[in-house]
Amino acid sequence: MNEYEAVIGLEVHVELSTARKIFCFCEIRENPEPNEQTCEVCTSLPGTLPVMNRDVVTSAVKAGLAVNGQINHFSRMDRKNYFYPDLPKAYQISQSQMPIVTGGHVDIETKDGARRIELTRIHLEEDAGKLIHLEGQGTLVDCNRCGVPLIEIVSEPDLRSADEAVQFLKKLRAILIYTGVTRARMQEGEMRCDVNVSVRKKGDATLGTRSEMKNLNSFAFVAKAIESEFKRQTELLEAGAEIIQETRRFDDKTGQSYAMRTKEDADDYRYFPDPDLVPIHLTAKEIDALAREIPELPDARKARYIKDYGISAYDAERLTEEMAIADYFERAAEHTGSAKTVANLLISDLPNLQKDRPLPDPLKLAAVADLQANGQINSSTTKKVLIALLESDIDPVAYVQAENLLQINDVDALRPYVDKVLTARANVADDYRSGKTKAMQSLIGMVMRETAGRANPVLIQALLEARLAEPDDKA
Amino acid sequence: MIADFRHMTIRAQAAGLSAKDFTSEELTGHYLSVINDSDPEIGAYITVTGEEALAAARKNDERRAKGQTASLLDGVPGALKDNICTRGIRTTCASKMLEHFVPPYSATIADRLNEAGMVLLGKTNMDEFAMGQTSETSYFGPTKNPVDLTRVPGGSSGGSAAAVASGQAAFAIGSDTGGSILQPSAFCGVTGLRPSYGLVSRQGIVAFASSLDQAGPITQDVRDNALVLSVLAGRDPRDTTSLAVSADYTEDLEKGVKGLTFGLPAEFFGDGLQPSIRKAILDTADKLVSLGATLKEVHLPSLKLALPAYVLISSAEASSNLARFDGIHYGFRPADTTTLEDIYIKSRSEGFGPEVKRRIMLGTFALSSGYYDAYYRKAQLVRTLLAEEFKRAFESVSVLLAPVAPVTAWPLGQGITDPVQLYLNDIYTVPIGLAGLPALSLPVGRDESGLPIGMQLIGSRFTEPLLYRAGIAVEEVRS
Repeated sequence: MNEYEAVIGLEVHVELSTARKIFCFCEIRENPEPNEQTCEVCTSLPGTLPVMNRDVVTSAVKAGLAVNGQINHFSRMDRKNYFYPDLPKAYQISQSQMPIVTGGHVDIETKDGARRIELTRIHLEEDAGKLIHLEGQGTLVDCNRCGVPLIEIVSEPDLRSADEAVQFLKKLRAILIYTGVTRARMQEGEMRCDVNVSVRKKGDATLGTRSEMKNLNSFAFVAKAIESEFKRQTELLEAGAEIIQETRRFDDKTGQSYAMRTKEDADDYRYFPDPDLVPIHLTAKEIDALAREIPELPDARKARYIKDYGISAYDAERLTEEMAIADYFERAAEHTGSAKTVANLLISDLPNLQKDRPLPDPLKLAAVADLQANGQINSSTTKKVLIALLESDIDPVAYVQAENLLQINDVDALRPYVDKVLTARANVADDYRSGKTKAMQSLIGMVMRETAGRANPVLIQALLEARLAEPDDKA
Repeated sequence: MIADFRHMTIRAQAAGLSAKDFTSEELTGHYLSVINDSDPEIGAYITVTGEEALAAARKNDERRAKGQTASLLDGVPGALKDNICTRGIRTTCASKMLEHFVPPYSATIADRLNEAGMVLLGKTNMDEFAMGQTSETSYFGPTKNPVDLTRVPGGSSGGSAAAVASGQAAFAIGSDTGGSILQPSAFCGVTGLRPSYGLVSRQGIVAFASSLDQAGPITQDVRDNALVLSVLAGRDPRDTTSLAVSADYTEDLEKGVKGLTFGLPAEFFGDGLQPSIRKAILDTADKLVSLGATLKEVHLPSLKLALPAYVLISSAEASSNLARFDGIHYGFRPADTTTLEDIYIKSRSEGFGPEVKRRIMLGTFALSSGYYDAYYRKAQLVRTLLAEEFKRAFESVSVLLAPVAPVTAWPLGQGITDPVQLYLNDIYTVPIGLAGLPALSLPVGRDESGLPIGMQLIGSRFTEPLLYRAGIAVEEVRS
C-alpha cells in the first residue's frame, strides 16, 4: 500500500460577508424566516434583471490578492444552466471562461515541512436556495440563500494527504477571515468543500482517474472522505480494477462514500456569457487601492510573533490560525512582560478551562501572565485564578492577595511544612530513600496541599531533596 | 362635443386636454368604447383595464384642474405589450404558462409612463413570449390586421401595432428582438421605433433574448414617436445594460435632410423583394433627393449570414431565459403531476406552445457541449462581423434606407406550416438587432392590394434624433 499516493484537488466555496446579496438589494441577515430575505430579483420572477453588487467584486478581488492571485482586469459572468427546485432561474450565474482571479498560492506547514499549494482560479457565483423536505407533506423551497454571494477557490491537484488538505483549508480559511471578506463559519455552511481524489503509484507523472465528493462542510469530514476514498481506490487498483470517473456522496455517519453519478450522465451545463450583466472591468488603480486595504496576513503575523515575542513557530502557528485569537493575543501581549506566558495560557490552559465562556479581558489575562512569570503564583494557582477570571471576571492581582494565593518563595517559611510532611509520612520518605524516586512527586504534592497550593514547587523539591539526603532522623 | 379622436395624435390630444376641449376621462371612455366595438374582431388586447383606466383618467383630470400636468403624455390613453410587467395587472406573454401571472412589480418603462401620466388601457396581444412574425402563436388567439381582417398584423408586437392602427389606443409600446416592432408597424401602416440597444431599460420586460430585446413606441406618426421615446429612454440602475445617453427627442425634428447622405444597402433590394415595395421605397428615396439629400449605394455582404446567426443567438438565450418557467415557483403546473421530473415535463410540455418549444429545443442544442463552438460562438462572430460592416457603411452615409420586410401582410394561417419560410421574412430586420442599432419603421404607401408598405431608416447607435429628423422628411414627401 505504501507505494501509492493520493492526488487531491479542492474546490472551496466561501460565502462573502457582504451586507447585501450579489444581484439584488436584499440584506443578508442572521436566521431569517423562510423566504423573508427575498425579492423579485433573487426569486427570479419574469422580467427581473441582476445588478452586480460592487462590494462582492471588491471582496473577491481582496480574496485574490490575499492568496497572491492575478486579478483579471476583465472578467465576465456566465450562466450555468440546470433544473433544480432550489434554483428559481434554472441557471446559476457563475464564471466559467473568464474568472475574476487566476492563479495564486497558499503556503502550508506539513509534517514534512513547508509546502506551497498552487491555486487554479477564484471565481464569483451566487448560492442557490434550500429545499425543506416535510415527512409525507412534500417539499418546500426557501429562497433566502438564493443570490448569497460566494467565491469558489479551485486548487491545483497539489495536495497529497488528508492532513495536507486540512492544513490547506485551515490556512485558506484564516487568510480569508483576516482579509475580512468572509466569516467562514463552517457549521453555518459559510465554507464548503468539493474534494477531487485520484490515486497513482508514487513517482508516476500522470494522474489517475479521479472521483469527486461534494459539499463537505467540516475539516474532519474532508479528512475522513479523503482517507476512505484513498483506501477504496488503492484497493481497486491493487485488485487490478478500473477507477470510474464519478461523483460520490460522502456519508459522514458511516464514513463511507457512495457512487452518485458517472461522467457519462453528468449534466451538460450549457455555459454561455450572461447577456444581462456587463463584463467586470477593474483598473490597475482600483486593484492597487484594494491591495492597500489587505491587512497583515497569518504568515506575516506568525513571523512577527516569532521575532518580536520569542515564541516558537508551533505556538505562533496556533495563535495565528484564528484572527480573533491573534488579535486577542496581541492586546494581552502589549500589557505584559511575558508574551510567551500569555501564549502558553492561550494555547494550553484556557481552551481546557474556557468551555463555552468568552475569553476574559485581555488585560486581565496579561496580569495573570505577569503573576506567573514573576513567580508570584505557581501553575496550579494560575488555573484557580483563570477559573475565577472566567467565572466572575475577578481582578487577578487583588484576587490572589485577597484569597492569599501568592506563592511562598521563602525557604524559611516553607521549611516547617516540609518537616511536617516528612514526619507525618515517614513511610513515603523511606520509599524514596530506598530508591523509589517516584515518591518525590507524592511528597511535593503533600507539601503543596499543606500550603493550600501556594508553595513554589521548585523550592519544595530542593528542600525535600536536601532533607532526605541527610542521615535518617529516627536513626 | 367630443371631436373624432380616432386618428388624433398624442400632440392633438394633449392640446385638447390643455385647452379643456375634453377631459382625459372622456378620451379614455372613447377609447374603451372603440375597443368594446372593434376588438372582438381584431383581437389587439389580451387584457383591457377599463375600470383602472377610467379611475386613472379622473385622477389626471383632477390634477390638471389644479394646474398640474406631468408631461405631454399626461392623460393620454395608451397600451403596453403583454410582456411588459404591470404591478397588479396580469402579464401573460400570450402564454398559457403565465395566463394567471400577476406581477408584484412594474417594468421601469411602465413606471415611467405612469409617472408621465399615461392612462393604461390594457395589455396587448403578441406572439407567445414574443416569438413569431404574425401574432398567431398567442395562446389567446391571433390578432388580425385592421387594414384587412383576413391578414396578419405582423409580430410579435402585432397587438400593439393593430391597436394604434385601429384607433384603439393613442399609442402603444412594443418590444423588438428581431423585428417585432418594425415589421408589425410596417404591416399595419403605423410608425414604430426599435431603439438602440441600451437606450431603453429592459427591467420588468419578460426576456426573450436578452442581448437583442428592446422596447419602443408604436405611434401614428414620427413626432408622436419622439414624444413617447423621450419618456421611455434613460439609464436605469436596475438594468446594467442600459446607458445614460437619452435626450429630448422632440427637439430639432424640423431640421430637414438637406446635406444628409442616405445609404441604400444593395443586399436589402435583392431577389425576393416584392416589386411594389421596391418601387415605393426607391420613389421615396428620390423625393428625399429633391429635398437636398444625397443617395449612395452601400454593401453589407454578410447580410445573408444574419438570419442563421440571429436564430442561433436568440434561441440560445431564450432556452436559458425561459428555463425558469418550470412549474415550481409560479406559472402553469398541471394538477396530475407526481415526481419532480413529471412537474418539469408536464408543465413545460403543456404550458408552452409549439413555436416556443421549437426555439427552446433549438437553443438548447446550440449551447450543448460539443456544438457550442460550431453554433453559438460562430453566430457571435457573425454578429461582430455584421456590426463592423454597418459601422463601415455609416462612415460614408448618415442613415440607411431600406424595406422592413420583403412582402406586405400575408393571409392569416399561411405561415404556420413552414416555420423556415416564415423566419426568412425577418431577413431585413434581424441584422438591426444583432448590431444593436436603432431603426424607424414608417409607412410609405400601399401595394396593389391596398396593404401598407413599410420603410425603415437605420442609424448608427444612439442616432435616434437623426432618424426622427429624416422620418419627418419622409412623412412630408410620401404619397
